[in-house]
Amino acid sequence: MEINKDLVAASSTPIVLAILAEGDSYGYAILQRVQELSGGRLEWTDGMLYPVLHRLERLGFVKSRWETADNGRRRKYYRITSIGREQLAEEHRQWEAVDETLRGLWSALQDSVAPTRPPSAAPLPQGA
Amino acid sequence: MLDPGHPAPGRASALEEQIDQWRSFLRRRQAIHAVDVAELEDHLREQAAGLVEAGLAEDEAFLVAVKRMGALDDLSREFAREHSDRLWKQLVVVPSDAGEAGPETTKDAVVALCLAVAAALAVKVPALFGLDLGRDAGFYLRNASLFVLPLLAGYYAWKRKLDPATIRWLAVAFVLAAAFANVYPFEAHVPGSATHDPGSTELLTGLHLPIALLVVVGVAYAGGRWGEVAGRMDFIRFSGELFIYYALIALGGGVLTGLMAMTFRAIGVDIEPFFQNWLLPCGATGAVIVASWLVEAKQSVIENMAPVLTRLFTPLFAAVLVVFLGTVLWTGRGVQIERNVLIAFDLLLVVVLGLLLYSVSARDPRSPPGLFDWMQVVLLVSALLADAVALWAIAARITAFGFTPNRVAALGENVVLLVNLGWSLVLCLGFLRGRRPFASLEKWQTDYLPVYAVWAAVVVIGFPPLFGYV
Repeated sequence: MEINKDLVAASSTPIVLAILAEGDSYGYAILQRVQELSGGRLEWTDGMLYPVLHRLERLGFVKSRWETADNGRRRKYYRITSIGREQLAEEHRQWEAVDETLRGLWSALQDSVAPTRPPSAAPLPQGA
Repeated sequence: MLDPGHPAPGRASALEEQIDQWRSFLRRRQAIHAVDVAELEDHLREQAAGLVEAGLAEDEAFLVAVKRMGALDDLSREFAREHSDRLWKQLVVVPSDAGEAGPETTKDAVVALCLAVAAALAVKVPALFGLDLGRDAGFYLRNASLFVLPLLAGYYAWKRKLDPATIRWLAVAFVLAAAFANVYPFEAHVPGSATHDPGSTELLTGLHLPIALLVVVGVAYAGGRWGEVAGRMDFIRFSGELFIYYALIALGGGVLTGLMAMTFRAIGVDIEPFFQNWLLPCGATGAVIVASWLVEAKQSVIENMAPVLTRLFTPLFAAVLVVFLGTVLWTGRGVQIERNVLIAFDLLLVVVLGLLLYSVSARDPRSPPGLFDWMQVVLLVSALLADAVALWAIAARITAFGFTPNRVAALGENVVLLVNLGWSLVLCLGFLRGRRPFASLEKWQTDYLPVYAVWAAVVVIGFPPLFGYV
């Protein structure tokens, strides 16, 4: 199953913020975590994560710093800020609302599959 | 600044070579800076290492890692979208890998030049109908911006390939502007005199119409991105550079005419009439279009000047204002209420706003607060205090003065600027204390642009009838 691009783009902010809320991290590790959590269903092009991280930094949601990793390579770590946590909470609320709406619809659809379809309640507009 | 080349001992140099090549490809993309390349390279190396561990050969691992990184074009587009400040420098000039200046650039230059000539000639069109620059100064004053700004907006409408609906709106705005500039029966300043010196409301129309129309030009310049902060910010950057180029061209023009006058005087020819009737009006209008073309064409060639100047002058202005406030406190002198005191403080706020605006436009929003940001806060606080002192003095006696159109306009401008700078200060302090991102200041400044246009439009449309066309 491939998740459509718009959905991937829209969910990138809460996903990245939530992963950083677990602890400071860097690009590659964030992507690994996404893979692990989504079971590979959420396909991100690796490079595209970085503009997203830079946007979050510009908006003040995360802060970055360079550190030297064990193997001597310089690596850019990201940390979530308090504004970022507020944003994450906000995203959480919004996604929950979307999720609830969809859930309601899914179960309504499932219920209406078994019986015959109810007669169309909305009459066609005149002269349609 | 970074040296990412730390090959692990024993690692084949072939991989290093490949990574070198990949890095140089990436570096050619102007939207991706060296730090970003370093960040992406770290990712690439780790990805490749992971794949090698999973059993792939090194070169295979490299290829897969590069593939997963995404197509270079897509990647650089995403970076460009996020870092529009970087892209602004190469909006026009063709990308370096496309070779030398293409036909696009030449076409731009030709169109810009034609429009500049058209603007220069447009100034002389009213003369065909017997309107003289000296006698009908009022007419020329009211319409000055209409000779050139529609052409400038047209240039960007063409260049950005605006959709017909937007172009219609722009045209409507200019037609309305022309109507309001010319339908009102402005009174001559000196009743009964032969010459028509512009009166107060006429002068105000002449001063405010360009401000309102500049925002219309901004919509054309942003080319469909006016709704985005980045689009409006690009226009702010453009306006600063345009001002500087225009000033430079004016300086050059001054030198040229000075020399011309001297050499022709040597042979007994007076060029004064030619200068006043042709060179000055035509040059002044044509130069606007030439300057704006230069801004676009030369962006990548020279460093943006407006931000450099703000860096230079912010501390100086801050120092002057602090000393001014200190002097007021020390000597206990009140602000002398003269005719032009309000205008003087308006100008002060305009300059402070300019310093703020053009340093905001060039600042990397992701860099942490620094000394310069504090300097800016000092500048803002002292400017607001100085203005408060002036307003205090004026408020006490405004009723005794009476409300002339000039005074009301100046007071309105003061309020418009005060609101902007006051909230900017709050946002600046929030940023310095880590409460708000710098982006909120950017957003506030770009969101505020239409306010200037609306106030200018109010002055142009509402003031003449309100004050009896004096």
